[in-house]
Amino acid sequence: MAIAQPTAGVRPSRWQQMWKSVAIIFESRVATVGLAMVLFWLLIGFISLVWTPHEPNASDFIQNLPPNGTNWLGTDHLGRDITSRLMQGTQVILLKTRLPGDSEISIPGGVAIWGVIGSLVLGVTLGLNAGYRGGWWDQIIMQILDALIAFPRIVLYLVVIAALGQGDMVVILAITITGAPGVARLARSLAMDIKTRDYIRAAETRGESVRYIMFREILPNARGPLLVDAMLRVGYAIFAIGTLGFLGIGLPPPDPDWGNMVNEARRNIFSNQTAVIWPSLAIATLVIGLNLFADGLREELTRYQK
Amino acid sequence: MTGKQKKSPVLKVEDLAVAYKVRGGEIEAVQRVSFEINRGETYGIVGESGCGKSTVAWAIVNFLGANGYVKRGSIKFQGQELVGKSGEELRRLRGDQIAMVYQDPMQALNPSMRLGDQMKEVLTVHRGMADDEAAQHCIQMLERVYMPDAANVMRRYPHQISGGQQQRVVIAMALLNNPALLVMDEPTTALDVTVEAAVLDLIAELSRDFDTAIMYITHNLGVIARVSNRVGVMYAGEMVERGTVAKIYKNPRHPYTQGLMRCVPKLGADKAGSILHPIRGRVPPPTHRPAGCVFGPRCDYIQDKCREERPLLRDLDGIMVRCHFAEEIIASEWTPSEELALPQIEAVSSDSETILELNDLKKYYEVQGSSFKDVIGLGEKRYVKAVENANFTVAKGKTLGVVGESGCGKSTLIKTIIGLEGSTSGKATFMGFDISGDISGRDEALIQELQMVFQNPDSTMNPSYTVGQQIGRPMLRFGTVPKNQVRGEVIKLLESMRLGENYYDRLPRQLSGGEKQRVGIARALASRPNLVLCDEPVSALDVSVQAAILNLLLEVQQEFNTTLVFIAHDLSVVRFFSDEVAVMYLGQIMEIGPADAIYAPPYHPYTEALLSAVPIPDPTIQQKHIRLEGSVPSAINPPSGCRFHTRCPRRKLLPHGGKICETELPNWQITGDGHRIFCHIPAETLQTFDPVITVESD
Repeated sequence: MAIAQPTAGVRPSRWQQMWKSVAIIFESRVATVGLAMVLFWLLIGFISLVWTPHEPNASDFIQNLPPNGTNWLGTDHLGRDITSRLMQGTQVILLKTRLPGDSEISIPGGVAIWGVIGSLVLGVTLGLNAGYRGGWWDQIIMQILDALIAFPRIVLYLVVIAALGQGDMVVILAITITGAPGVARLARSLAMDIKTRDYIRAAETRGESVRYIMFREILPNARGPLLVDAMLRVGYAIFAIGTLGFLGIGLPPPDPDWGNMVNEARRNIFSNQTAVIWPSLAIATLVIGLNLFADGLREELTRYQK
Repeated sequence: MTGKQKKSPVLKVEDLAVAYKVRGGEIEAVQRVSFEINRGETYGIVGESGCGKSTVAWAIVNFLGANGYVKRGSIKFQGQELVGKSGEELRRLRGDQIAMVYQDPMQALNPSMRLGDQMKEVLTVHRGMADDEAAQHCIQMLERVYMPDAANVMRRYPHQISGGQQQRVVIAMALLNNPALLVMDEPTTALDVTVEAAVLDLIAELSRDFDTAIMYITHNLGVIARVSNRVGVMYAGEMVERGTVAKIYKNPRHPYTQGLMRCVPKLGADKAGSILHPIRGRVPPPTHRPAGCVFGPRCDYIQDKCREERPLLRDLDGIMVRCHFAEEIIASEWTPSEELALPQIEAVSSDSETILELNDLKKYYEVQGSSFKDVIGLGEKRYVKAVENANFTVAKGKTLGVVGESGCGKSTLIKTIIGLEGSTSGKATFMGFDISGDISGRDEALIQELQMVFQNPDSTMNPSYTVGQQIGRPMLRFGTVPKNQVRGEVIKLLESMRLGENYYDRLPRQLSGGEKQRVGIARALASRPNLVLCDEPVSALDVSVQAAILNLLLEVQQEFNTTLVFIAHDLSVVRFFSDEVAVMYLGQIMEIGPADAIYAPPYHPYTEALLSAVPIPDPTIQQKHIRLEGSVPSAINPPSGCRFHTRCPRRKLLPHGGKICETELPNWQITGDGHRIFCHIPAETLQTFDPVITVESD
């Protein structure tokens, strides 16, 4: 959210400046609505860390109940409370990643978030090298990435998961590898534009290293578009997690995962329709929220540039 | 004046105010502007950027955009009121009676349509003319604007003709419907000086022949002096002075006009005419205009009344001026105030050591052909010969000015010196070290001694870092200053750039163009270099700021004993500034020597043509009329022999019409102390040419 916020240097009225850069979100109605939707799910996720109406993984109720007073959204085919499961489902996506092994340790930041961070790091590094150095670097990096893009995504996911097995880290890796080519393309085009500016010439005439120019001179100015793109990618990543869950190769049970919930409820779709709808709706609103937010933000940011 | 019989003016603007609606309110970009234009008259509107010149033009043609509107006042065109007219009525009027010519011809022409089709459309749509007839008209009009091979041009696309020719097409298109009013918004600003001169001649001629009223907007006082009869000076959205060109240029009454005149270099007979006095401060943005006189905060004569009361436009010996004290201000008695004190130019002893030496330096770029042979690498290699045999030396503490039109290789020359490009052949030495390779092969200590100032103020600074960080970086990188003293050093540098300590934490977007350029200079100086290369450091700035930057560079040079290589396309800027001047054409240095020698005979024929093309903001100065034909040839296949022979107006002075120029390279003729001319015409003949610029004594 701190997109236009200047980084280094201590300036007076820092808070004011930060507020100013955050305030442009509210200039756009689209971005405000998107932000509200995202914040809603974040809030649900945080609440679920400390409280859910019922134990999410316990089969305490009658199977396939329609929504009622106790189970607000009904129960699933094992008699678990859908409300609680839906709430806890946000955790793996946005809030925590379980480390491999049987240990109960998890690190903050959900699978979707880490997956996008991974593709950003990999993609930006490759893209900046291709865009700034040009020539053979560009050719080789982009040919490899293009070859990667040529594979259907699902196939790539399957390859990664078939090779490494299930697990949160594996899903993160899968998202990283499929997301990196897109990020690299964007970073490359930004680098190719920015490298024509005079301040890059100035850095070159100072004899700065290529790494310094790429990461200290070019990257901070490519920040805006990259962050907006990252926000969209979080949406895609949530989608991907849903897809993997639906195929049964996503995040491992028993903790609830929206995609998996859809898959399981699908089998009982003729007796209990609502169980399919709730997790689908959750995925849709979160992804749409992120999309709206990113779109609105991009609009405002480009307007400010003019 | 335009005759005593009271003709009704073509355009009459009265008390015009234009406002733009923006977030949280509206901005009055233009206020209280009144003027009128008669038939056959060219009315100049001059002022710095952000003064509302273009907004006035847009208000007349109703192009204000979705958020702009005319707030007050009236615009009468041939007696008809334009304000409040519906869009459809205005649209018809615009196409038939009012035409507009913009700055960039490439953007005014549709790149995917043939020129002929674009031109014919004007006639077929507005006049319902048949296609053949329209084509005939267009060809006639193209011939009228001296377009060579007009019938052929009709079939071409915009990118196939040069910039000057494109602007001719746009002007021809504007004249097709024989409009009563032609609005020209900086039509020659994007063009080279020799092309500009030819287009200006054309405009002057057309306004005579077609009896069209022309409203000519420009920031260049010299251009106004050449084309227009009357002029209005705009400042911060108001018209502060208007009158005839002869009167205003001779005796400007408003302090702003006087200031403008002092800060444009005049290419007069003597060097003193090119001393520049900047106006302090900057044009206030429309949201922060002062109460009282808008020019007050920058005026040297400000009094209490100016702060409180808005002056009205009043008549003073035939000049309308918006100033309370215009009678009392005598421009000739003006002395620069303390803070604008000019740097004293001390002659650097001429026997100082040579710091930079180029011997036959060449820079060729390989061009990739498109044939199959080229693709597989068997085709004949072709080169753009960007710099050919550059030979010169620069002494320590001196300034070398390099002038020439765009595409003549000036920028490539300094890129090669600084090492952004490696040279193709030849030798370049700097302080005794070889610098013919590119920067990757250079020693850190050598890199530190060579720094550069860039042209575009908007891209010279990295938008993500503060001023202090950017100036401090070279100090840290080269270790010229211990880490804990960097801040102090940066502030010292900022102060010598006349920027205070409070600039340290600012981001580039909070600075004006001139301030950014100062920071750019400070950054170049931070590593304490011996040689600073300046790539058109002032050409993107307003004149009043330009003068300040030039004076600053001079001052800095004295303080640090820095050597400068200064690129410019404007001969008048270079004159005062440089000790030596090199004139380049198509990658070849044509003439080089002490600044005074360049601006007086003997001239190289190309220098002569350049000098006669520069617009001079003084109607009393007589300039020789030399116009180059055609455009600069391609550097891939430069003309054989002397590269200038295809356009040289002086060739015929040689036997057989200058046959030798086509076949043989000329020799360098040494005509005086360090002054060399690359021409076949004997120096004795060149010496007999009259000076290009003569001042009429009156």
